[in-house]
Amino acid sequence: MEHNTSIEHEHRDDMGSKMGMWIFIFTELLLFGGLFLVYAVMRAKFFEDFHIAAHQLNVFIGAVNTIVLLVSSMTIAMSITAIQKNDKRLALILLSITITLAFVFMVNKYFEWGGKIHHQLYPGSEIVLTLKHGQVLFFSLYYFMTGLHGLHILIGMTLIGYVMYQIKTDKIKSNNYQILENAGLYWHLVDLIWIFLFPLLYLIT
Amino acid sequence: MTSNNSALHPGSYLDQQGKYKGILGWLTSTDHKRIGILYLMCILVFFLVGVTLGGVMKLELLRPGEQYIDAQTYNGFFTVHGVIMIFMVVIPGLAAVFGNFFLPIMIGAKDVAFPRLNLFSWYIYLVGSGIAVLSQFGGNGAPDTGWTFYAPYSIDSNTNVTTAVLAAFVLGFSSILTGLNFIVTIHRMRAKGMTWFKMPLFPWSLYATAWIQVLATPIVGITLLMVIAERTFRIGFFDPSLGGDPILYQHLFWIYSHPAVYIMILPAMGVVTEIIPTFCQRKVFGYQAIVLSSLAIAGVGYLVWGHHMFTSGMSDFSRMAFSFLTFVVAIPSAIKVFNWIATMYKGSIRINTTFLYTLSFVFQFMIGGLTGLTLGSLATNIHVHDTYYVVAHFHYIVFGGMGFAFFAAIHYWFPKMFGRMYNEKLGKIGWAIVFSGFTLLYFPMFVLGLQGMPRRYFDYLPEYSVGHFISSIGGFVLIFGIIIMVFNLIRSARKGELAPANPWDGKTLEWTIASPPPLENFDNDVVVTEHPYDYK
Repeated sequence: MEHNTSIEHEHRDDMGSKMGMWIFIFTELLLFGGLFLVYAVMRAKFFEDFHIAAHQLNVFIGAVNTIVLLVSSMTIAMSITAIQKNDKRLALILLSITITLAFVFMVNKYFEWGGKIHHQLYPGSEIVLTLKHGQVLFFSLYYFMTGLHGLHILIGMTLIGYVMYQIKTDKIKSNNYQILENAGLYWHLVDLIWIFLFPLLYLIT
Repeated sequence: MTSNNSALHPGSYLDQQGKYKGILGWLTSTDHKRIGILYLMCILVFFLVGVTLGGVMKLELLRPGEQYIDAQTYNGFFTVHGVIMIFMVVIPGLAAVFGNFFLPIMIGAKDVAFPRLNLFSWYIYLVGSGIAVLSQFGGNGAPDTGWTFYAPYSIDSNTNVTTAVLAAFVLGFSSILTGLNFIVTIHRMRAKGMTWFKMPLFPWSLYATAWIQVLATPIVGITLLMVIAERTFRIGFFDPSLGGDPILYQHLFWIYSHPAVYIMILPAMGVVTEIIPTFCQRKVFGYQAIVLSSLAIAGVGYLVWGHHMFTSGMSDFSRMAFSFLTFVVAIPSAIKVFNWIATMYKGSIRINTTFLYTLSFVFQFMIGGLTGLTLGSLATNIHVHDTYYVVAHFHYIVFGGMGFAFFAAIHYWFPKMFGRMYNEKLGKIGWAIVFSGFTLLYFPMFVLGLQGMPRRYFDYLPEYSVGHFISSIGGFVLIFGIIIMVFNLIRSARKGELAPANPWDGKTLEWTIASPPPLENFDNDVVVTEHPYDYK
């Protein structure tokens, strides 16, 4: 080490890397936690308005998206097992399925949001301005929460794409797959948040 | 004592490293020491900007009536002063500068756990600071809400509130990533033999701080995003005219921003806990009590935010609970003060610039802490709420506490960081002026506050003119002292005497390596057997 003038160490700490990811996940949970808090307060304050507004959401699309995300969480978990067994091809296939499902989720979201916007249900529109405060708040929270969640999906897709490239170039192997595991953790987080968003926004009516 | 020889300190971190020369070599370096210096430079610049804004406000307040700036400009000045000082100077402050530089060295590691993430955090900090500075210009003028961005005014104000809020959001990210990095570093990279309870106390305080950074900052992040959304789309989360709840904003804001006070003060306590044993050549009194009180402050400090809102509208029960918890959090802070004093007792104390700053820290921190209890009591709070008493209190904590600890730290570690000694005589003169300026500036504010002078006013009634006059004079004295201190440090970094490896006879690991430290900190893997403060 004494002759090494570069500071790029050849040192690896999978445990530390995983710990860093978990701490990051805590921060994400707290980020959404703030929104859940506001949701809870507003729901208590405008109980009836939230009840009426929630009827406008399409439970079918929401349910489909829930299943889509759950399956994608499963496939990314399976890809970790595949890489542990040194099956590079299978891991890549499973990750492709994950990313495709994420894409399906976003397409559904696009149509869902698009439909709402088509019906003039977006913050600041003429129709929304005629609604009661509580209903406006419901739709605002709906856009804010699902929008932030959608942003996380996009970040997750980029991350999974990067991981696939790493697997392809043999940077991630059966003895060095912490990045994949971290991507998996992140993806489970995105899934988990949706598991809470779905009932809060779609099912409680 | 290896590198006394040449002015170039062969092999030190200041030499060229990596493939780039000069400034680019600094901007691309993932060396924790260089990143610490980068933060130091930025913080110094922003601190001087914040000081200048404060100086102009003091000039305006020298006499009653409008002198140099009008009311709206004054509103912009105190907002920007707050935003810069809080988010860009004090919150990153000790952790980003001295934490980066010394945390890995003090635990016997070669770098932090994620060096590239560390550099990335600095860039995020730079972007956030850039946005904050940008918010002062163009648009509809500087934000005028105060650094707290209270709704609904922050929703209605047509000044550049969105930009300033965005800046605070981005700066929060940098803070989170630094905290995350430090937690993993402390967990994973301690030298062999350094058990948790053999770790020096500055790393311990950084550990407690890092958890607050990680767990509290996201809340303010999402809150600030909601403010931006609300300003953009007129949503009504916090605007009562749209059915929102402004008190909810205050809760969300203080859930972060009270723990943020502990993000500022905990590393300061850590620094002081390093300095006192060294200059008294005595084992620190009550090591475990100090560790546990750091953790207790971090834990309980999370639960006291409501004491900022005693007059905002909360149930009596909540107010009593928050008041009680505020008193509880004073206990671990007091434990630390007793520990510092007990460490000094019967020690062979060397009074130099570093130690003078440390002593004034303890003195000012006690005043700031005890006046905090006046504010934490429900009855007295009603009387002094939103008066100069509050301003004096938090400047005693933030500046008299964290700021003075920062000055102590920069003098204490200066020989290690730059390989040269500062001028002791000039340092002491600088301290005397800074300390008297500080006292003159802020102490009269306690009296003004008790007399009823409200905060954030650019004008005042003639009754308050004596206090304001003294305070303004103090402000100018303080600025003069800061100039002397900064001048001394900058000149000494270039021309000071060369520093030995261990100028203060310290015992922690950073004093076992050359000044300035070599690139990889330690030639061999470190093995720790002793307790960090084993003085004879």
